[in-house]
Amino acid sequence: MNTQNLVKMANQIGQFFEAEPDQAQAASDVATHMKRFWDPRMRKAIIEYAGKGGEGLLPIVLQAVSANPQLLA
Amino acid sequence: MACNCGNGGCSTDYGTPARVSEKLVTLDIDGIEVSVPEGTSLMRAAAEAGVEIPKLCATDSLEPFGSCRLCLVEVEGRRGYPASCTTLADNGMKVKTQTPKLADIRRGVMELYISDHPLDCLTCSANGNCELQDMAGAVGLREVRYGYEGENHLKSTKDESNPYFSYDPSKCIVCNRCVRACEETQGTFALTIDGRGFDSRVSPGQMESFLDSECVSCGACVQACPTATLMEKTITIHGQPEHSVITTCAYCGVGCSFKAEMKGSQVVNMVPNKDGHANHGHSCVKGRFAWGYATHADRITTPMIRDSINDPWQVVSWEEAVAYAAGRFKEIQARYGKDSVGGITSSRCTNEETYLVQKLVRAAFGNNNVDTCARVCHSPTGYGLKQTLGESAGTQTFDSVMYSDVIMVIGANPTDGHPVFGSQMKRRLRAGAKLIVVDPRAIDLVKSPHVKADYHLKLRPGTNVAVANALAHVIVTESLVNEEFVAERCEAKAFNEWKEFAARPENSPETLEAASGVPAQQIREAARLYATGRNAAIYYGLGVTEHSQGSTMVLAIANLAMATGNIGREGVGVNPLRGQNNVQGSCDMGSFPHELPGYRHVSDDAARGLFEQAWGVKLDNEPGLRIPNMFEAAMDGSYKGLYVEGEDIAQSDPDTQHVISALEAMECVVVQDLFLNETAKFAHVFFPGSSFLEKNGTFTNAERRISPVRKVMPPLAGKEDWEVTQMLSNALGYPMNYSHPSEIMDEIARLTPTFHGVSYKKIDELGSVQWPCNEEAPQGTPIMHIDEFVRGKGKFFVTRYVPTDEKVTQKFPLILTTGRILSHYNVGAQTRRTANTAWHPEDVLEIHPHDAEERGIQSGDWVGIQSRAGETVLHAKITERMQPGVVYTTFHHPFSGANVITTDNSDWATNCPEYKVTAVQVMKVTQPSEWQQRYRKFSEVQQELLQKREAVKAQ
Repeated sequence: MNTQNLVKMANQIGQFFEAEPDQAQAASDVATHMKRFWDPRMRKAIIEYAGKGGEGLLPIVLQAVSANPQLLA
Repeated sequence: MACNCGNGGCSTDYGTPARVSEKLVTLDIDGIEVSVPEGTSLMRAAAEAGVEIPKLCATDSLEPFGSCRLCLVEVEGRRGYPASCTTLADNGMKVKTQTPKLADIRRGVMELYISDHPLDCLTCSANGNCELQDMAGAVGLREVRYGYEGENHLKSTKDESNPYFSYDPSKCIVCNRCVRACEETQGTFALTIDGRGFDSRVSPGQMESFLDSECVSCGACVQACPTATLMEKTITIHGQPEHSVITTCAYCGVGCSFKAEMKGSQVVNMVPNKDGHANHGHSCVKGRFAWGYATHADRITTPMIRDSINDPWQVVSWEEAVAYAAGRFKEIQARYGKDSVGGITSSRCTNEETYLVQKLVRAAFGNNNVDTCARVCHSPTGYGLKQTLGESAGTQTFDSVMYSDVIMVIGANPTDGHPVFGSQMKRRLRAGAKLIVVDPRAIDLVKSPHVKADYHLKLRPGTNVAVANALAHVIVTESLVNEEFVAERCEAKAFNEWKEFAARPENSPETLEAASGVPAQQIREAARLYATGRNAAIYYGLGVTEHSQGSTMVLAIANLAMATGNIGREGVGVNPLRGQNNVQGSCDMGSFPHELPGYRHVSDDAARGLFEQAWGVKLDNEPGLRIPNMFEAAMDGSYKGLYVEGEDIAQSDPDTQHVISALEAMECVVVQDLFLNETAKFAHVFFPGSSFLEKNGTFTNAERRISPVRKVMPPLAGKEDWEVTQMLSNALGYPMNYSHPSEIMDEIARLTPTFHGVSYKKIDELGSVQWPCNEEAPQGTPIMHIDEFVRGKGKFFVTRYVPTDEKVTQKFPLILTTGRILSHYNVGAQTRRTANTAWHPEDVLEIHPHDAEERGIQSGDWVGIQSRAGETVLHAKITERMQPGVVYTTFHHPFSGANVITTDNSDWATNCPEYKVTAVQVMKVTQPSEWQQRYRKFSEVQQELLQKREAVKAQ
């Protein structure tokens, strides 16, 4: 999968949920959204990318991906 | 022409429309006692008592007019001979409809009519269905004492300009039915009566031809005409039909009910069904007239295969084509893994077909890589309404609009995209409902005859959420929230978070004016009107969903409706206007990679278990690839095979060059379609599809209405589409053994709680049924969320405005937005193969005079439109419908390449493409773009490969 596209899509999801008042909940919602709507190969690619530093990913997305490896795997 | 076929309960014309009143009045008509609602005409009361009064200018789809003087009656105790169409029934009235005096008067009236009418009844196209002839017979006209030599209209010239119907003034009796139909039924006001007295004639526009006038060719006038004055050309050619079958239109999401009027297996014409629950006897130019594509010479009627897209097609038997496709899919899965193949369904397919394709993908391919074209139109609706209200569907019936006091139309253009509903909405607006239009363009609803928007919030494309948040801000800060409704019906915590968010200064109309371009004062007034104008309903279309914040906007719309208590009763609600006929249905049927039929997530063990048990196979619990993800995966080599039923992704999906690269990267593309569409040019297997006239099934329209699609002619290629999917599944090793689509619906009903009560028998009994239809609602559910939301409590969402990445720059200073027009449909595969091209032979670029002048562009010039994705060339049309800085085009013709320019930007939640916002530059040019030139060459090669197709002997 084109990583830059995935980064853009992940950040868009992050931008929506980060407006929530509870940031921990927001990060969890980002992860849940990816789990529910992203094909596993897309999730695998974003996990790998985040594992390498995840340049360009919004903090909330990085947090969502790194805090939920089992959910997203 | 009023229908007299004797089928489907439409044979009685009651003369005047039904009236609704709790009070009944009782009267005596020709000795028969009859009770009718107060306000009913004598003519209708008589018809209900089984007494037919002669009439010409009256028909029950139109308000009474009282001009023909044929329907006169005698009422005891009253003087003279009142017209029964304009006289209201009253208690104790004694009415006589047949007396020697009345007979005398009626004969006299008919004698005058016939003295100026061509007596060519035997060769007249209306012969067999002419009310004038019937009435001459009914009144016993035997002679015309005036002779035929006097001044008359018999030599009037016929207007044949409209491709579908002719206008013969010599046969006109000036009954005004056509003029009134154009006003009352359609709401276009294109017709009038020109001249006075003897000179009176029907005039389209100002004595223009029908084609040159504002006439939208909806056919309401043709339907209303009692003579051969306005006559469908197909009847002139073929004669009167001998039987008819009720079916459902295959065009937009209104889902009009039609009677296919037949001679054997030949369609003579399509007449809107008076008993149709979505359309009540009305139609538009597409459904009524543009069905000739079904028998167009371009139809491909034999299966074809080829190893490479550079090879000529080989014509093979069904068995060989199916075996070849199955073999290649199996090879691909063996080599690249089970997730390397998938399927795409179309909203142009029936429920049963989409259900079967998703079943094939899930059960035979063993993955969830199935998506439908709703991905690129209303997927945000599914997401947003499920999250907030609990069900991925609109909340109302179309008829609900008749109870609305305020109508807010956001990013939709009903008079073009959903014309029959557009007419109904205009009817309500003419009766006094207020109108708020939120749209970058001045669509027809903003100002058209007898309709004017109270507010047109002319926002910049891409700023919907800013406008919705500003509306919410006013509702919250001016205490316009319906606190009682919210307290009782919605989750308190989420509401309070939303309320706090909406009230922030950053969401005030004054702050957001800079982004949206909408004056704050207009927003404030519109918000007050929406919140306090009694029943307020929101109607929205792809101008809401096809944005990077499409889903956010759907959530924001639901927030507005909940906050003001405008949900759960007639006249209000959240109403997505679905683009194609079966968008709702294709979504309901589980053709989404994350959802099983009935919107149940694939990870839901209980739901999945139900399907596993019924289908006898283990199902994947992970979501599959959405359409744009399929293209990405094809480019990275993990997705190699695709089964496309009825969809033309190479033309309809954004960033055409990317789509084409993805198709070229696949090893097996199977296309099932009526024509060699753009996608089929990249295919290895072609299964000929069947049109809506050639198969049985159901469509579900924008109001959740499941309506019948019925086979009126045998499939040209010998198979209905569901049969082909079944053959492919069997060849793949997963057995399917349906003998009729009704069995597929029975399976859907068994497995889907909202469909438990649905069956073909039920649909036939009721005509149509709105889901949920089950034990709790055996007759279906017209209005949803009445006492409680489907999800229990309604849930508010914080909807922060996030500007799209697609921004104007010095290089790309204009915003392109795309849409559709009345005479064409989607990729145009159907309508381009009809005479509808008379109205729209090509896609054009609409541009504001200011932007055109700056670039030295004049109407008709070739202009190049360039974005970061690509470039195409169209003719320019200068119009003030556009605002400066915004240009517009349609995507009905493949050569236009509108989607060469649109980008891969998409909605955050669903990947629905951002068709509505593309930064572009527009320049005057002299030749088609490089892409268009390449496209033309490629298409010519593919046409040659089709022409060279050879029959291959069975191996």
